Amino acid sequence: MHRFANPARFLKIANAVLPWAAGLSAVCFAAGLYLGLFASPPDYQQGDTVRIMYIHVPAAWMSMFTYSTMAVAAAAALVWKHPLAEVYAKAAAPLGAGFTALCLLTGSLWGAPMWGTWWVWDARLTSVLVLFFLYLGYMALVDAFDDPARGNKAGNILLLVGAVNVPIIKFSVEWWNTLHQPASVFRLGGPTIAASMLWPLLLMAAAFQSYFFAVVILRIRAGLAARRVQTLRLGQAN
Amino acid sequence: MTRKRRRLMILALALLGLGTATALTLSAFRDNIVFFYSPSDLAAKPPGGRTVRIGGLVEAGSLKREGGMTVTFQVTDTAKSLPVTYTGILPDLFREGQGVVAEGKLGADGVFAATELLAKHDEKYMPPDVADALKRAGHPGKPGDAPIAAGEEHQTSTLRTNP
Repeated sequence: MHRFANPARFLKIANAVLPWAAGLSAVCFAAGLYLGLFASPPDYQQGDTVRIMYIHVPAAWMSMFTYSTMAVAAAAALVWKHPLAEVYAKAAAPLGAGFTALCLLTGSLWGAPMWGTWWVWDARLTSVLVLFFLYLGYMALVDAFDDPARGNKAGNILLLVGAVNVPIIKFSVEWWNTLHQPASVFRLGGPTIAASMLWPLLLMAAAFQSYFFAVVILRIRAGLAARRVQTLRLGQAN
Repeated sequence: MTRKRRRLMILALALLGLGTATALTLSAFRDNIVFFYSPSDLAAKPPGGRTVRIGGLVEAGSLKREGGMTVTFQVTDTAKSLPVTYTGILPDLFREGQGVVAEGKLGADGVFAATELLAKHDEKYMPPDVADALKRAGHPGKPGDAPIAAGEEHQTSTLRTNP
């Protein structure tokens, strides 16, 4: 890991990965959306409303994946002072917030016809809303200081404190009675979702994941460039 | 190297403390975090005149229309069951044998008068023909028949099983 923390080496690898990630994302989105919206069967209970799942579930997975990686980056930044870790966390935050917003929005649209309500304060929905606020809080906090180093440090601590929310989200549907249904894919005893619906879902998950990698590489590149500009300006001023 | 180690130790200890505190808090507020009580919970801890939410499966064969928009049915957690009455529009997923969450008050006569009804979906997703095949095979644990608030999709799938 330490070898890749060098920004120059990272950029070399990232630039090679970028076109592949972008291409894979486009292909998976095209295939996944076609399969999910047109070529997959309706559900025996939900009818065509089940198709919301092909957006909702990958967005939910990505919201938790993004936060987990940001928390690991925050730990790396606090303990080992990796130069890239803070740049990564800042680059990933708006993406994670976007995934979480998409997850909450599509979930609400599904809940209205299926449950009979747009929103309830059950453990799963509430903990995901907390995750959304953690993203927003982090983004506000890192830029709230004149000294970027202090902002980053405060943000990293917030990310690590908020990390307790990730297992709460995952297991909320098992620990407490919730209106939200339990896990269908990542559960003991195998998925409880028919193969004809699982494949489009996994394709969409791959599409979201590679989209994330492509955009986060672009944002890290921009973040590193901004840091360089700042250092050069400081050098000129002295 | 020693400074990195020390920072790592402090971080690990802080996270451990935070995790423990969170776990203790959540388990202390268990009764407030659950979204609904089961009929067994309600029998063990009578709510009195409070408004509560109960949840469970709509017992198969218990749904009766009382004229107008009023329905009565039994909510069961397989151990205990509770009669529920509700007036209003039923959600799309409301079926016998499927999950339901009802908000209301437990009357003195032991009937739960619901003011709000939510359908609960389970974790099973399958196409109608797979559900039919399972039904024909008499697969146990397969949820509900009798779609009463369903679209045509579901009605045709029920019809196909009764040739």
